[in-house]
Amino acid sequence: MIEGADGVGRSTHIALLRAWLESRGHAVLDTGMTRSVLAARGIKEAKTGHTLGRLTMQLFYSTDFMDRLENEMLPALRAGFVVLTDRYIYSAIARAEVRGIDSAWIRAIYSMALVPDAVFYLRINSPQQLVERVLSSGRGFDYWESGMDIRLGDDFYDSFVEYQTRMLKVFDRMCGEYGFHSLNASRSVRSVAADLRRSVARLLDQRKLPEEIIHEASADGRWVLRLATRARVKTN
Amino acid sequence: MISYGNHRFPGKLFVVEGTDGSGKSTQLTLLYQWLKAEGYPVFSSEWNSSPLVKDTTRRAKKRHLFTPATFSLLHATDFADRIERNIIPPLKAGAIVLADRYIYTAFARDVARGCNRDWVRKVYSFAVKPTQAFFFRAPLDVAIDRIILGRPRLKYYEAGLDMGWSDDPLQSFRTFQGRILEEYDRMVDEFGLTLIDATRSIEAQQREMRALITEHLKRNRSKSN
Repeated sequence: MIEGADGVGRSTHIALLRAWLESRGHAVLDTGMTRSVLAARGIKEAKTGHTLGRLTMQLFYSTDFMDRLENEMLPALRAGFVVLTDRYIYSAIARAEVRGIDSAWIRAIYSMALVPDAVFYLRINSPQQLVERVLSSGRGFDYWESGMDIRLGDDFYDSFVEYQTRMLKVFDRMCGEYGFHSLNASRSVRSVAADLRRSVARLLDQRKLPEEIIHEASADGRWVLRLATRARVKTN
Repeated sequence: MISYGNHRFPGKLFVVEGTDGSGKSTQLTLLYQWLKAEGYPVFSSEWNSSPLVKDTTRRAKKRHLFTPATFSLLHATDFADRIERNIIPPLKAGAIVLADRYIYTAFARDVARGCNRDWVRKVYSFAVKPTQAFFFRAPLDVAIDRIILGRPRLKYYEAGLDMGWSDDPLQSFRTFQGRILEEYDRMVDEFGLTLIDATRSIEAQQREMRALITEHLKRNRSKSN
C-alpha cells in the first residue's frame, strides 16, 4: 500500500505498479480511500457542503474503509490477488491527529484492519514541493487538503502549507512506529517507480505464490489464520 | 481528547432506550410536551436522523450492502453528527435534550450482530454521559406482539435477516430481539440505566419518569439560586 501527502504522486505510481504487476502475471486489485460502494457518494456530498464535523468525518472515513476491507480487499486476498491501496489507515489516522482527535480513539476504531505486507511512504521534503504540484495540476487548492475546516491560516495557501507541514510531521513519526518503507518522492517519476518495483518484486519473491497459499489453507488453515490476524495496530 | 464524556454542560440530557415496541418513543413525546408546557427549553434528537448520512443509510439498506462492522460504523457516523450538531450545542446552551435512543442502542444491536463488545464501546467513547438513561423493559413476547400488530412486514435489517439465523423473518426477528434484550440487561449495571417496567400503563410510566426528572431539575435550580 502506498501512503504519502496530497499531490505526491500516489495514484501515478499505483497505476504504473498495477500495469507492471499485471504484465508479470499477477492479478491486481487497486482501491483507495473514499472509493467504497457503501460510503463514497455520501462522503463526497458531505464534503461538498463543508458541514462535516470532525468526529463525523473520521467515522464516515472508517465506514468507507471497512466496506472496502470486507467487501473488496479480503475477498481479493483470499483469491490470491495483489492488493494495491492508495492510502490505508495511516492517512486516516494522520488526518484525525492533525485535527486534534484523540489518537487512542482513532487507532482503536482501525484496530480491525489487516496489517499490510508493506507500506510505501512517498516522502517529500517540504510542503513547498506539494504547492508546486498542486499548481501544475491545474486543480488549485482543495478545501479539505488545505485543512480549511480547521483554518490553519488566513487563506487557502497559508492553511495548506501549515496543514501539510503538520501532516508531514505525523507521517514521519508513524514511519518509524509502523515500519514504512520510505521513498524520496522528490525524484523523477521514473526513479521512484523503479524503486517501488524492486521492493515489490522482492516481497513477491519472498512470499509463496498465491496458489500455494490457497493450498496451504486447505492443509493446515494457516492462510485463514493470517487473514484473521487483526488488532495489531497499536492502540496506545 | 475530544471525549465529551465528563464535561459539565449547563443543560441536561435524558435518554430513552429499549427494544422495538417497548413504548419508549410514546413516553418521550409525553415528556417533551410536559417540559415544554413547564417553560423549559427542550430539544429532541432521534436515532438515525443525521441528514449527512441519511442517503447512504437508505441506499445501503435497500441494496443490502451492510456487514455488521459497516452497519456499526455508519450508525456511529450518524450519531457523531447528532452529537456535534444537535446534542452538544443545545446542552451548552442550557437546554434539556431528549434523545430517542442513544449509544446503548448501538451497543445492544451491534453486539447482537456479533461485533466485539469492547470495540463498539471504544468507537462511541466520544459520547456525552446522559443525565439519566431510562431503559424500557418489556418481555420479548409483549414487544414482538406490539411490533407485529402495527406492521405489515418486517424490514430486512430490522429483522436481522442479514445474519442468516433464519429465513423466516418472524423467527429471525425473535432471535435478534432476544439477543438485543440480553445485551440491554447486562448494560443496566454497567451504565447505571434506570429500569422502567414497560408493561404498566402509559400513565403510570410517565408519572414515574416525571418524578425522577423533576429531581434533576430541582437540583439544577437550587444550584443556580
